[in-house]
Amino acid sequence: MSSNNTNHTGYKSYLEEDGGRKGIFKWILSTDHKRIGLLYLYAMMGWFIVGVVLGLLMKLELIAPGKTIMGPQAYNATFTVHGVIMIFLIVIPGLPAVFGNFMLPIQIGAKDVAFPRLNLFSWYIYVLGGILVIISLFGNGPPDTGWTFYAPYSFKTGTNMLPAALGAFVLGFSSILTGLNFIVTIHRMRAPGMTWFKMPLFPWSLYGTAWIQLLATPVIGITLLMVAGERILGIGFFDPAKGGDPLLYQHLFWIYSHPAVYIMILPAMGAISEIIPTFSKKTIFGYKAIVISTLAIAFVGYFVWGHHMYTSGMSGAALWAFSLLTFIVAIPSAIKVFNWISTMHQGSISTEIPFLWAASFIFIFMIGGLTGLVLGSLAVDVHLHDTAFVVAHFHFIVFGGVGFAFFGAMHYWFPKIFGRMFDKSWAKTGWITFSIGFVTLYGPMFYLGIMGMPRRYFDYLDEFHGPNIISTMGALVMIAGFLIILINLIKSARHGEKTTEMNPWGGTNLEWQIPTPPPLENFDEIPVIDKATYKYD
Amino acid sequence: MSETIAHHNEHRDDEASKLGMWLFIFTELLLFGGLFVTYAVYRHGHPQAFHLAAEQLDVVVGTINTVILLISSMTIAMSTTAIQKKDKRTTLLLIAITLVLALVFLVNKYFEWSAKIGHGIWPGSPLLEELGRGDTLFFGLYFFMTGLHAFHIIVGMVLLTVVFVRVQKEKLTFDNFQLLENGGLYWHLVDLIWIFLFPLFYLIT
Repeated sequence: MSSNNTNHTGYKSYLEEDGGRKGIFKWILSTDHKRIGLLYLYAMMGWFIVGVVLGLLMKLELIAPGKTIMGPQAYNATFTVHGVIMIFLIVIPGLPAVFGNFMLPIQIGAKDVAFPRLNLFSWYIYVLGGILVIISLFGNGPPDTGWTFYAPYSFKTGTNMLPAALGAFVLGFSSILTGLNFIVTIHRMRAPGMTWFKMPLFPWSLYGTAWIQLLATPVIGITLLMVAGERILGIGFFDPAKGGDPLLYQHLFWIYSHPAVYIMILPAMGAISEIIPTFSKKTIFGYKAIVISTLAIAFVGYFVWGHHMYTSGMSGAALWAFSLLTFIVAIPSAIKVFNWISTMHQGSISTEIPFLWAASFIFIFMIGGLTGLVLGSLAVDVHLHDTAFVVAHFHFIVFGGVGFAFFGAMHYWFPKIFGRMFDKSWAKTGWITFSIGFVTLYGPMFYLGIMGMPRRYFDYLDEFHGPNIISTMGALVMIAGFLIILINLIKSARHGEKTTEMNPWGGTNLEWQIPTPPPLENFDEIPVIDKATYKYD
Repeated sequence: MSETIAHHNEHRDDEASKLGMWLFIFTELLLFGGLFVTYAVYRHGHPQAFHLAAEQLDVVVGTINTVILLISSMTIAMSTTAIQKKDKRTTLLLIAITLVLALVFLVNKYFEWSAKIGHGIWPGSPLLEELGRGDTLFFGLYFFMTGLHAFHIIVGMVLLTVVFVRVQKEKLTFDNFQLLENGGLYWHLVDLIWIFLFPLFYLIT
C-alpha cells in the first residue's frame, strides 16, 4: 500500500528494505513480522468488505416482511457465509494477526517473533483456509448450516458445507501456530529487564489469547474432522439414527467457540489499555488488576460454554453451574472497564481519534456485556434464545468490541506503521457516522428479540416491521461511515502527510521510541528496560 | 535471556524451539482429547456393546504394536544420546531402526484393518448398522482414532526422515541437535497416544 518512503534520517525503514525482491514478492516472501502483519491486514480488509456486503444483503431482505430480495435458501446461505467469513477469517485472527504481529516484538524489545518462517507459513495457511471457504460457494451451492455447523443438519444438508468446515479447520491451524509463536516469543525474547510485570498490556493480552488459541482450537479441529468423517463415511458420531448424540457436537463445538469469543475480545481490550493512558497522559490505573483479569478471563472462559445450550437439554445442576460461571466471567471484564475509567479520571484527556474509538468501545462493550448477563440468566434465556436479541448482543460484543478496538488501534498505530498521518477531520466524520449507524442498526434488534422475533429467518410478522426499517437504515449509515474510514485510511496510507516523528501521540511504550516507520529489525541495539511502562511525569 | 542476545546474529534459540515443540504437543493432546471425551461418553452409554465389540479386536497384534512403539521410543531417545557423544554412525543407525519399527507398525495396522474390512466392518458399513448402535460407535471410534494415530505415525516418519538426512549431512551435530530432540519429542507423543488407545480398544473388555 505504501510506496517507497524516503526519509532523511539515514536508515532504511522496513517498507524500503525489500530483501532484494520485486513487486509482490517483497511481501509474500518476507519473514519480517511487520510485513506479515500488513499481509494479514490487507487479506482481512478484502474479506471484511465481502462480509459487510453479505450483512447488508440480509438487512435489505429484512427491510420488509415477506420475500424482498431473496428467498429462504439464499438467506440461509447468506447468513452462513457471512458468519464463517466474519468469525473465522476476520475476528479470530483479528487484532493478534495484524497488530500482534506488527507490535508484539517491538513492544517487548525484540527484533522479530521467535519463529519468523513459521509466522509467514501461518499466513499461507490462513490464505489456504480462505480459498477453501471460497470453494464452498460453488458446487452444490453455498453452505446453509449457520457458522456453527450444528449436527445433524451439517451432514444432512445437500449444500457444499464440507469445504467450509475444512476451511475453518485449516484456519484453526493458522491460529494455533500464531498463538504458539507468540507464547514462545513472549517467554524467550523480552528485552533484558522487562520482567513479566513490566510488560505492556497489549502483549499481556496477546499472551492470554495465545494460550486460548493453543488449548481450545484443537477441540474444534477434531470436531470438524469428525463432522467430515460423518459426511464422507457416515460414521455416526453425531447421528441420532446411528446412536450418535447431536448434543455432544454442541458441547465440543462450544468448548472451543466460547473461548474463541475471548480470543476475539482480549486483544481488543489490550489495545484499549494502550490507547487510554496515552491520551489521558496518565499511568494506567491498576496495571496488575488488568493483567490478572486478562488471565482470569482466559481461564474461566473455558468453563462457560454450556450457556449457549440452555435450551438444548442439560441437567438442572449443569445449567445452574454454567449460569453461575457465566456471571463470574463478567467480573474481570467489569474490572477492566473500571480501570479504564479510573485511568481517565483526572487525566489530561486529548480527544484524538484513537481516544474517541476507545471511549466509544467502552460504551458499546458495556451494552454488549450487560446484555450478555441477561442471556446468561437461565429463565430469561429461555425467552430470548434464538431471537434477534442474541444477534444484537453478539454484534455489540464481537463487532462492537473487536471492531471499535480494531479501528482505534488502526488509527493509533497508523502513523507508526505507514510513516504518514491520516486525515483527522475525515477520520472523525467516519467515526461519528459509523457509531451512530452501529447503534441504530443493532439497538432495535434488542427490542425485536424481546418482542419475540426469531433470528435466522428471511421473513417476519408485520408487527416487527417498524424496528426492522430503523435497523436497515442504521446499516446503511454504518456502511457509509465504514466507507469514509476505509477510503480515508487507504488514501492516507498512500498520499497522507509524511511523518518521521517517533512519538506523535506521546505514548510510553517501546514502539514510540524507535524511528517511524520502524527499521527492518526494529532496534539497532536491544533496549534495556529499567522502569515500568505507562509512566507520565 | 542472555542466550537469546548472544545468539541473535544467527537467530538460533534451542530453548525456544523446545518450548515451541512442547506447546505443539499440548495442542496434539487436546486434538485427541476431543476423541477421548467422545469415547468416554459413548462407552458410558453402551457399556455392554463396547465390551463385546472390544473382544473382536486382536489383542496379540495390538500388544505387538505396543511393544514395537515402545522400543522405537527407546531407540529415538538413544539416538539423542548418541549424537551428543559425537557418534554419527550410531545416531543414524538408531534413527533408521526407529523408522523401520514405525513401518512395521503400519504394516501390522494395515493387516488388522483389512481383516476387519474383510469381515464387513468399516465406518458406515451395512453390517455395523445391523449390529446396532454400540458397535457402530465403537468401530467408528476405532477406525477414526487409530486412523488419526496412523496419520501421526506417518507425519512422524517424515519428520524423522528429514532428521536422518540432516544428521547425514552433518547439519545436525553434537552441539546443534535440537531438531533431533524435537523429532524425538514428537515421536514420544505418538507413542504416548497409542499407550492410551491400546487399553481403551483392546484391553478393557
